[in-house]
Amino acid sequence: MSVDSATVRRIAHLSRIAIEDSEVERLRGELNAILAFVETLSEVDVDGVEPLTSALPMQMKKRVDVVTDGGIADEILANAPIREDHYFVVPKVVE
Amino acid sequence: MATQAAPTKFIKGATGDWEVVIGMEIHAQVTSNAKLFSGASAEFGGAPNDHVSLVDAAMPGMLPVINEECVKQAIRTGLGLEAKINLRSVFDRKNYFYPDLPQGYQISQYKYPIVGEGEVIVDVSPTERIMVGIERLHLEQDAGKSLHDLSATESHVDLNRSGVALMEIVSKPDMRSAEEARAYVSKLRTILRYIGSCDGNMEQGSLRADVNVSVRKPGDPLGTRCEIKNVNSIRFIGQAIEVEARRQIGILEDGGSIEQETRLFDPSKGETRSMRSKEEAHDYRYFPDPDLLPLEFDQPYVDALKAQLPELPDAKRARFIEQYGLPPYDAGVLVMERAAADYFEETAKGRDAKLAANWVINELFGRLNKEGLDVASSPVSSKALGAIVDLISQSVISGKIAKDLFEIVWTEGGDPKEIVEARGMKQVTDTGAIEAAVDAVIAANPDKVDQAKAKPTMLGWFVGQVMKQTGGKANPQAVNELLKHKLGV
Repeated sequence: MSVDSATVRRIAHLSRIAIEDSEVERLRGELNAILAFVETLSEVDVDGVEPLTSALPMQMKKRVDVVTDGGIADEILANAPIREDHYFVVPKVVE
Repeated sequence: MATQAAPTKFIKGATGDWEVVIGMEIHAQVTSNAKLFSGASAEFGGAPNDHVSLVDAAMPGMLPVINEECVKQAIRTGLGLEAKINLRSVFDRKNYFYPDLPQGYQISQYKYPIVGEGEVIVDVSPTERIMVGIERLHLEQDAGKSLHDLSATESHVDLNRSGVALMEIVSKPDMRSAEEARAYVSKLRTILRYIGSCDGNMEQGSLRADVNVSVRKPGDPLGTRCEIKNVNSIRFIGQAIEVEARRQIGILEDGGSIEQETRLFDPSKGETRSMRSKEEAHDYRYFPDPDLLPLEFDQPYVDALKAQLPELPDAKRARFIEQYGLPPYDAGVLVMERAAADYFEETAKGRDAKLAANWVINELFGRLNKEGLDVASSPVSSKALGAIVDLISQSVISGKIAKDLFEIVWTEGGDPKEIVEARGMKQVTDTGAIEAAVDAVIAANPDKVDQAKAKPTMLGWFVGQVMKQTGGKANPQAVNELLKHKLGV
């Protein structure tokens, strides 16, 4: 499996990462190198093998329905580049 | 494929009849104290970013831990939809970029939802019931909220809703008119409210619908559909379907073709329009969330939840028909809200149930609707309405006086029986008194007497006059009989 330059642009756009045209070829090479590395796994025959969901044979932990968190707006916003009245402020996004 | 509608549901176009095909995805906010994967409050509102934990803000290293109550609510709802409960389901990441989605993905369920196929019986009209198939129900996170009107150049983001549990309930494309779609949402809302898994509040966004609409010539395969996003009232759902079906028919009849796309309904303009920006986002690149193990439970766990479910609307409706002898439509109206059904049963207990049902549906519901109140805030208690029904049954007051009495209890409160005594509202059954009134009316209107002899329907006019004379307190039956006798009709 390998990706072409159109796919690289598409992935970048879906992730909202701005890339220059001059970067596309380099990124395509890097992505393809990663994919080629992972491709090695397809050599293993996994017919009839259950997909592994956890390395530990355990049930998912669940929490009880009690409010134990929140009320920490200052901490939540501590790293926000712009904030106002405890809102995050971002460039205008409208449909 | 899906069944064909009755020809009466077709939409007339320039080239003949069209059938509209509707499927729906309903997002219902799960009733819980805390969020789906964090301990922050799921309560509506709150100061900006106050109901937010570091998990909801997607801070690095934070891990989701599922709220068991949300799981139980999804199972209860699945049971209420007569659906298959999957003992093993899987959470996936649905990837898309938006400022109010801090994780960059929504935790949802894709291939293996918690609830599979089910069905809902929908009352479309007093005489028509349809079956709408449920494709699936899955659990997922809500996103935050973006406010676009606080500044001209910026958007403000509040993550209070981020991570609140939603159930997405997907129907099969089984609806054939706006009316059927409205009735489906209304029924679903009723079931959710009975179970207590969603408050069904559409104004606060606890229940929102994405509506898939396509049209076809009767008998043809399904047409290309458009999805109308986020319609937030039952009335708008109906309007959106009607204008969207018309739009599609217009395009097809002009020789065009429908493009599959996401659209938005604008109630103020009465039109749907394309949301092109959403199109490319449809590449969600789902994959299993590595932070969460599969959700597993056993059948006894499901059975225990089933045993605790309240009597659901369909069962209650059937019981009301059977136990109280109510017409199916009346029973259906009474069970729409659990509180209303309880009110009716309290009112009807030990009384004429049909009479009680009439009073609850016509007088009480009518008045509540007019004032925009719900049953819980009714100024007339079920006990008081029961007392009014008693007074009618025992012929103490006439039906007309009963309406006045209802009005007094509504506005002033008080014990109906005492009010009737204190204000002399008792029905006059004393034949002598009624006879005097009848004689007086006959004596005063000799011309009308002649007319009545030729035209017996004039009797009604005399009854009205006698009632007026007696302040509405005369027993109508006695008045009728006396008049018939005296006028010889």
